[in-house]
Amino acid sequence: MIRFVPRERTPLWLTIAVPVGSGLAALLLTALPLALSGAPILDAFRLMALGAAGSGFALAETLTRATPLIFTGLAAAVAFRAKLWNIGAEGQLYAGALATVALGAGLIEAPAYVLLPLVLLAGALAGAALLLVPVLFKSRFGADEVVVTLLMNFIVLLFVQMMIEGPMKDEMALGWPQSAPVLDEATLPKLFTGLRLHWGLVIAVAAAVLLHVLISRTVWGFRIRAVGENARAARYAGLPVGRSLALVGLLSGGLAGLAGASEVAGLKGYLTSDLSPGFGYAGIVVATLANLSPLGVVPSAIFIAAVFVGADSMSRAIGVSNYLADLVVAFALLSVLIGGLLTRFRLVLVRREAA
Amino acid sequence: MLDALDILLQANFWAATIRIATPLIFGVLGALLCERAGVLNLGIEGIFVAGAMSGWLAVYLGLPLWGGVLVAALVGAGFGLVHGVLTVPLGLSQHVTGIGVTLLATSAAYFGYRVAFPNVGTPPRIEPFPPLDVPVIGNLPFIGPIVGQQTAFTVLAFACVILVAFVLARTPLGLALRAVGDNPEAVEAQGLSVVGLRMGAVMAGSALMALGGAFLTLSAFNAFYFGMINGRGWVCIALTVFASWRPGKALVGALLFGALDAYQLRLQTITGGAVPSQIFLMLPYIFSIAALVLVARRADYPRALMKPYFKGQR
Repeated sequence: MIRFVPRERTPLWLTIAVPVGSGLAALLLTALPLALSGAPILDAFRLMALGAAGSGFALAETLTRATPLIFTGLAAAVAFRAKLWNIGAEGQLYAGALATVALGAGLIEAPAYVLLPLVLLAGALAGAALLLVPVLFKSRFGADEVVVTLLMNFIVLLFVQMMIEGPMKDEMALGWPQSAPVLDEATLPKLFTGLRLHWGLVIAVAAAVLLHVLISRTVWGFRIRAVGENARAARYAGLPVGRSLALVGLLSGGLAGLAGASEVAGLKGYLTSDLSPGFGYAGIVVATLANLSPLGVVPSAIFIAAVFVGADSMSRAIGVSNYLADLVVAFALLSVLIGGLLTRFRLVLVRREAA
Repeated sequence: MLDALDILLQANFWAATIRIATPLIFGVLGALLCERAGVLNLGIEGIFVAGAMSGWLAVYLGLPLWGGVLVAALVGAGFGLVHGVLTVPLGLSQHVTGIGVTLLATSAAYFGYRVAFPNVGTPPRIEPFPPLDVPVIGNLPFIGPIVGQQTAFTVLAFACVILVAFVLARTPLGLALRAVGDNPEAVEAQGLSVVGLRMGAVMAGSALMALGGAFLTLSAFNAFYFGMINGRGWVCIALTVFASWRPGKALVGALLFGALDAYQLRLQTITGGAVPSQIFLMLPYIFSIAALVLVARRADYPRALMKPYFKGQR
């Protein structure tokens, strides 16, 4: 029989091989539903690869899609590190987008070097404030944050719909429920002319590096990790557990809020109720695939984005539903969870002794 | 103001209350069965979707209605098997695995629907469960119309409440299930299999969750829509805490929620657009959070909930 023996330390090659292997396993597993749908499997995968990385344009689209996923992936990574189960990144994203539009669509007029940082900060603060509610419910009343953050996603989305059908509705939008566009001064510049890729990507990568430094090199990061590993021990050791959790909440909610702010200010320009096709939930997959490492979130977000962009393109070409991408993402999450066992345990074959 | 109170006297309102509560009864029963055995199942939202889609598709393809119910239950148990294997013998994070199961079940249902119906404008329909025709009770004033608007699927939900309550409280199996969620070591010491009991509970609970989804497509409506579950599964997780993991209280919680939801729907029409409809639509979610916060302090969680058990390890 096989026994799991805990590892003292994980070899470096395994920490890279497990997520890569899980991504490949997810693609392999998706071949089954593809076959059931009667699509040509190899063609479908070839079209997905081409659609995600077959040209400079395709690559830029993948990186554009990766930008919000880096933010939501970081949001999940920092929260899960501290075992704060924030499943509400979707709602926090919309709160951030709403704040960005509220300030950036003409309420304040200022030069770009003032307005742009202001609207991004507002987005982050809105996301952070939203997550503080369940964190408070958790610490004051012991209410499970998973359910509260999940349910708040629906409340926030309804609130956004109410705002863009009511007080924030753009009268020029021919009846579509959407907000007025943000001013040019509140728009993140494009990185290259002719492509949709914008400075949000640079901010996202910078956020990943900063978060890495914060978690691995500072006392706050140490506290976050300590609270996550063993909250009771951290409390006995005199660490401020409540304050550390609040800090994690601010960071996580703020990062998710930035995802919304960057989508509005960098890509869409205005707010609709379909701004995010589940970026908040996909962020959980991104973070898990990265083993909750902030630096790992960047490649893992690019992989998930490539799956989505590739599936869209494949779907347009041969008419296989692009829900295939969601299947790959779900398979990737479950595969990496199982693969994660290999990084934490050695599998040892034990011969049963003859009785 | 009188209009707002008048709603409570309408048989239609109470009929709607029961109709809205039925899928939640299944969902809360399923969630409490998993959690009583020590496993949090956040796959519930996706299992609802998969149950709604598979039960409906089976009937659309020619199975009788009860055949569709059975298919949904089997599909639910299948996703329960996935969640169970990953969280029970492998001991992986129940939170993240549950979210993974929800993503998997939802995308599998959506992808399957798109494969079966690549380009349809209006969703294809089936002939759903007919309204009950009960002798004597059906002719009573007030009660008659309320019962007459329900279907046999709702009767199944009430029967499941009694069944789960009986099994949990009165049978050796129920005792073992409750023990495995409180003190798995004691169960092991009795020579029972912790893994087997937990796997069984998660699969049975997931089958019940899938029935909640199937009720929507086979009884409440007659077609499958994208986004039709819309957080109902998560609401059940909150109601499970509210119900203190007891089947009887689960029934009460689901009916209370159904009444609130039915009430806000009718209040919407009375206010006639003076208040944005979204405010009313938020209410069920706000109620769920409020219910959770209210009972959280004295909630008596199963003691081994979310604690993986490995044989021979303390």
